[in-house]
Amino acid sequence: MIACAVEQSSTGELFKAISETPLPVSLIEVTTAKEGESFPLQCRHCEEPYCIDACIAGAIRKDPETGLVLSDEEKCVGCWMCVMTCPFGVIRVSLLPDKKGKIAVKCDLCQDRKIPACVEACYTGALLFGEVEDLIRAVNKSKEDRDVLLNSR
Amino acid sequence: MDKTKERSIDKTTQDMLQRAKEMNIPTAWDRLESMLPQCGFGQLGICCRNCEMGPCKINPFSVKEQTGICGASADTIVARNFIRMIAGGAAAHSDHGRDIIHAFMLAAQGKTDAYGIKDEVKLKVLAREYKVKIDGRENNEIAAELADKFFLEFGRQYGEMNPPRRAPEKRVKLWRKLGIIPRGVDREIVETMHRTVMGVDNDYKNILMHGFRTALADGWGGSMIATDLSDVLFKSPEPITAKSNLGVLSRDEVNVVVHGHEPTLSDVVVDAVRSPEMIALAKKKGAKGINLVGMCCTSSEILMRHGIPVAGNFLQQELAILTGAVDLMMVDVQCIMPALSGVASAFHTKLVTTSPKNKAPGVTHVEFKAEKAYEIAKEIVKMAIENFPNRNGNGIHIPDKSEDLVAGFTAENIYNFLGGAYRATYRPLNDAIIQGRIRGLAGVVGCNNPKIKHNYGHIEMAKELIKNDVLVVVTGCSAIADSEAGLLQPEAAVKYAGKGLREICEAVGIPPILHVGSCVDNSRILIALTNVIREGGLGEDISDLPVAGAAPEWMSEKAVSIASYFIASGVLTVLGSPFQILGSKKVTNFLCNEAEDIVGGKFVFEGDPVKAAHIMIDHIDKKRKALKLKPMMYR
Ligand code: SF4
Ligand code: SF4
Repeated sequence: MIACAVEQSSTGELFKAISETPLPVSLIEVTTAKEGESFPLQCRHCEEPYCIDACIAGAIRKDPETGLVLSDEEKCVGCWMCVMTCPFGVIRVSLLPDKKGKIAVKCDLCQDRKIPACVEACYTGALLFGEVEDLIRAVNKSKEDRDVLLNSR
Repeated sequence: MDKTKERSIDKTTQDMLQRAKEMNIPTAWDRLESMLPQCGFGQLGICCRNCEMGPCKINPFSVKEQTGICGASADTIVARNFIRMIAGGAAAHSDHGRDIIHAFMLAAQGKTDAYGIKDEVKLKVLAREYKVKIDGRENNEIAAELADKFFLEFGRQYGEMNPPRRAPEKRVKLWRKLGIIPRGVDREIVETMHRTVMGVDNDYKNILMHGFRTALADGWGGSMIATDLSDVLFKSPEPITAKSNLGVLSRDEVNVVVHGHEPTLSDVVVDAVRSPEMIALAKKKGAKGINLVGMCCTSSEILMRHGIPVAGNFLQQELAILTGAVDLMMVDVQCIMPALSGVASAFHTKLVTTSPKNKAPGVTHVEFKAEKAYEIAKEIVKMAIENFPNRNGNGIHIPDKSEDLVAGFTAENIYNFLGGAYRATYRPLNDAIIQGRIRGLAGVVGCNNPKIKHNYGHIEMAKELIKNDVLVVVTGCSAIADSEAGLLQPEAAVKYAGKGLREICEAVGIPPILHVGSCVDNSRILIALTNVIREGGLGEDISDLPVAGAAPEWMSEKAVSIASYFIASGVLTVLGSPFQILGSKKVTNFLCNEAEDIVGGKFVFEGDPVKAAHIMIDHIDKKRKALKLKPMMYR
């Protein structure tokens, strides 16, 4: 959560990020299931994203190559339709540094990093990053084997 | 070689780090890497686990103000965590002081085989201060009564401790007015723990003011007592020359490294390695002799008094063992990495713990007892000698570099120096500041921290300060860093000091950076500053003086306590990395801003040592201006 907010900040440094205006928002949160187990929640990059259908400005698109659901901050008009339709509630409303009004922001799996900031920061290995096939194979492996497989950390 | 160069500016250290890499033995730097990125909540001080409703952590990016389950705000949580760190540091220094009183008491009672009163003059000065009758009494009688009085400083419940009253009158009055003059060392530390328990103090200012009180009980209490009685028991230091860095380890002698903080056992080991009996035994085992060297503050204690060579500072402890030449490393308390036993197991090195407060699984423990310190010291030296034949001849790698240094300065002997042969006084020092030959004084102290390039912070800061005519006093690992760069030699004045400072150093033959001892000896700096005030002409309170402090590579809770008692004594103090308080804007603002109006000192966080030096210099200039001192002589 902290790593994500720092990643969204303009300084990219924790000690400075906490004093930025506007305050950077985290695009991932940790919530608790009814059974009491905690899990991280972020954009699922759905196969058939509701948010894309909902967006009147055409600001959200699905990248045909990577399958990522990406939003274009320039196009967003701040109508919050995507926020309302997202079944996971992971689109945030934020004031970006160079913007006058608030816009919708969402996780882009850290396009400009090798590994998303949240995965790198996760200490228990609860978050993994890789191709689906590798992830399926990684599930029952030890942490060390997973790291090799997924080339993370 | 690249990474090793990023990790330290010291060539010897780089060399040893390369060896560690080749041998695949991880060091603190590698472990730091495996910890990255570090927990943001921890770094900001906003995680509380003081009760089992928690742990609670405050989201620093939340727009809504969050609190812990009990309702504690980020300000409360940060302030509580911070003063608990002060308490940890104060406890460590002060417990060290307590052990010295214990040895002092046994010496007075004639119950030890090793200790006696070695500095009668200082004993009597202390006796006078504590109103202990001197006339017609033996030293031991005086010491016995004095020991009781010192123990009382720890256990006193009400009133005021005595040593803080040594501060300038104006300072003592201020502390009284603010209600932060410490009552007893243990009392303040216990009260810190009480106030920070779930559901007690939640006014961050009130919490922090008690933090100051606890820190003062360390600097003007536990630490100061440790220094004073160490001087009485082991003699007051005099300027002395020695060598420093890993190159002091010897190829053909038995190498004994003493590491940790207290002088009680290490000072006796000095006698043991010099005994003909031990030397003969070493020769019998094929060694040329016995080479005793020190590490961290224990090293400073026996360097200051006996000229024992310094093997290195905090981040060099694993590297010493990595040479394969250490036959035995004896440790007592504080700053001893639990990683040592792992590194030692890869070599023939015997690691020996000696304090009942510090044991390690699978590590030989020879318990120190003040009553038979000499016997124990000999036992340990013997173990080292017997381990010498187990060395693996080919597996030894000792860097060939070591530097000369001068150490052994104290608040007392500095005036003999600057005052010359005729008059023991601080006058020449004060005059040099008043006339603008010396800009001011700076204390650069504290640890190493793998987050900051090893020794870089200390050395660059010290160089920048002396270049600008600031006379620098150093202790602990900072002093060792400077010694490794050759800065503790009188010649360093010619090479690096500004013209005014150089003239003074050349005239009296001192280095521009004065090594005043171990970390508890930071109390010597407080006394020196008080003496400067008493001498006159530079204001009435420590906060009037053109002085500043810094801990450019701090990491220990002890540094948190030291920095806190310095600001509470009126000294601006710069830290190389921020305290874990940034999660509360109010606490940060209080300690880095408002504190200056209340106690005269404040914290500044600056990672670049040269910029940090200039923050100190600007502060010194501001104070010079306020005192209406002359402009600097040359410039
Ligand atoms: S924002 Fe919501 S709807 Fe859109 S892709 Fe992500 S999870 Fe699906
Ligand atoms: S003391 Fe308060 S903030 Fe700390 S863990 Fe307990 S409930 Fe949480």
